[in-house]
Amino acid sequence: MSTLTITDLHVTVETDQGTKEILRGVNLTINSGEVHAIMGPNGSGKSTLAYAIAGHPKYTVTSGTVTLDGEDVLAMSVDERARAGIFLGMQYPVEVPGVSVSNFLRTAKTAIEGEAPKLRTWVKDVKDAMAGLRMDPEFANRNVNEGFSGGEKKRHEILQMELLKPKFAVLDETDSGLDVDALRIVSEGVNRAKASTDVGILLITHYTRILRYITPDFVHVFVDGRIAEEGGPELADRLEAEGYDRFLTNA
Amino acid sequence: MPLLTTSDVGTDVHPGLKGPTDPTAGAHTHSAATMVPDQSRAERTQSYAVADFPVPHGREEDWRFTPVAELAALFADESTGNCLDWAEQLPQGVTLTSMSVQEWQATGAPRPADRAAVVAAANSGGVAVLDVPAEAELTEPVRINLTGDDQGVVHGHLLVRVGRHARATIVVGHSGTSTYSEMLTLDVADGAQVTFVSLQEWADDAIHLGQHDVIVGRDASVRHIAVTLGGHLVRLNTNASYRAPGGSFEALGVYFADAGQHLEHRLFVDHGVPHCRSNVEYKGALQGETAHTVWVGDVLIRAAAEGTDTYELNRNLILTEGARADSVPNLEIETGQIEGAGHASATGRFDDQQLFYLMARGIPEDQARRLVVRGFFASVVARIGVPEVQERLMAAIDLELEQASV
Ligand SMILES: Nc1ncnc2c1ncn2[C@@H]1O[C@H](COP(=O)(O)OP(=O)(O)OP(=O)(O)O)[C@@H](O)[C@H]1O
Ligand SMILES: [Mg+2]
Repeated sequence: MSTLTITDLHVTVETDQGTKEILRGVNLTINSGEVHAIMGPNGSGKSTLAYAIAGHPKYTVTSGTVTLDGEDVLAMSVDERARAGIFLGMQYPVEVPGVSVSNFLRTAKTAIEGEAPKLRTWVKDVKDAMAGLRMDPEFANRNVNEGFSGGEKKRHEILQMELLKPKFAVLDETDSGLDVDALRIVSEGVNRAKASTDVGILLITHYTRILRYITPDFVHVFVDGRIAEEGGPELADRLEAEGYDRFLTNA
Repeated sequence: MPLLTTSDVGTDVHPGLKGPTDPTAGAHTHSAATMVPDQSRAERTQSYAVADFPVPHGREEDWRFTPVAELAALFADESTGNCLDWAEQLPQGVTLTSMSVQEWQATGAPRPADRAAVVAAANSGGVAVLDVPAEAELTEPVRINLTGDDQGVVHGHLLVRVGRHARATIVVGHSGTSTYSEMLTLDVADGAQVTFVSLQEWADDAIHLGQHDVIVGRDASVRHIAVTLGGHLVRLNTNASYRAPGGSFEALGVYFADAGQHLEHRLFVDHGVPHCRSNVEYKGALQGETAHTVWVGDVLIRAAAEGTDTYELNRNLILTEGARADSVPNLEIETGQIEGAGHASATGRFDDQQLFYLMARGIPEDQARRLVVRGFFASVVARIGVPEVQERLMAAIDLELEQASV
């Protein structure tokens, strides 16, 4: 059992108008096997939270802590965090020209495991995971995310999650831009990973749609840089019906 | 009179804080719209007479990016008697002989086109002649390794002749140190298929100026590849022309400039006959204060050159602040009857988003950087098609990056 703990996290970014505080005291604890959904209006800071956990250099943590089983995550570099077991599925995955998907996956797996995976089983694992996500095997030869459609990029993110087997995955709007079939396929991938590795999941989303496939244990409403309310799956339904107005007028 | 002339200047100095490299920035394809009058490339002086080329002062169109003050020794019309050390590997049937400069002129080889080239041709003392016989099918590359061991001025003069329907790969390597000026003619007969590689692996203090003239025979296919990694100041002018229809010319280049290096590549593809094609692709990376690269790609499609198909591309990747890449594509079109003509030029800084993405998958920073830079070069390196050159190049790029991170 692992635990990712976020305590009173404050994060700023540099803008043209000066330093801007985006996260204003986030508290959140996720255990292995749990699914936490984070829902909130545009611009409330959800991606900022995801990037801050992963260690993107653009975001400065001004106070608070993030720990993984007691280890100080904020003291780790981006790659160390990934090797410690934190995975970020990005809202906008990045294209890397000239680097093939298969080379990328093998390099990442080697970095995370500390040794190269056994060739035979690795090739099979990749093939099976791609088949599970209905990705054409040809994607292995393409350059990372280059010319991928929005949905293909998201499948590729989940493919990485299934193969790299993190302890915790932050999935930033993995559902946006997916049609119904793709949504189901991607959700199945997440559920497979959860069943086989007991990964803890922080699922950032605008829509309750994906929560029909991936059942959250907790739902957090994110407003103006902090968690405004927490509840069970029923909270998601209420948000769907009422929107965020209730929180915004209070804020 | 040119029907259409376009010229782009793309310069990136001190890359700013803005986002990722836009691979399409500056890319466009021409139909027949813009008209920018300019002196035609066809009007530049070409001559065997040194007196026809005054010593450049640096403001001339073709010298404006080059630190000419460092080149006085190569502009001086004096023979030194020095030469580089030659080591060659010649597959069976390939010969290396020599001829006088007068004999070389009588072959009708393209004339020198700037001061350094005319001085080299006038003072080389003779022309080395490499012959690949007609219909030879070489299975091994011809290798010529040229090494300099001091900074004395050397004038080099080489004529490479590839006979009809021959297939050959020729690799000329440069290493050590020298103050070297080179005149090279690559004459490819009808139907031959040639890959010519010029490798610049000089030591940090070498200076190398070169004029490479490529003549493409009927239905011949010539690939000219420049790989420039070493040297303090390297400037290569590669000019291609076609003897008859059906020819194909491809120019590929890879360069990597560190602090204190000036690496300049100028190309001129002269389409004077119908139904030929050309394709130019150069990619460069820069790191360190004062690293400077220049790429100038001139393409002239003369009135007679109907059915021409041409494309040229230059991309530069700036890895650290303080480096400067100049990139200038020029396209002059004198006939409307062409298959296609386009160019693209882009200079961008190293993309931190790519680095973040790879590191977020556990890949350490130095390895992630290497992947991104290798990826940047991948498309052009894959097309070199000479495995030993490709491997050396990739190893050299890794080494450049390693040196940068200490
Ligand atoms: N570099 C930056 N410069 C200026 N503002 C920024 C920068 N990065 C983030 N912000 C601002 O921070 C706020 C939070 O952004 P963030 O991307 O975290 O929101 P989000 O909740 O993920 O929104 P969405 O639902 O649209 O994805 C926004 O107002 C955004 O404009
Ligand atoms: Mg977001």
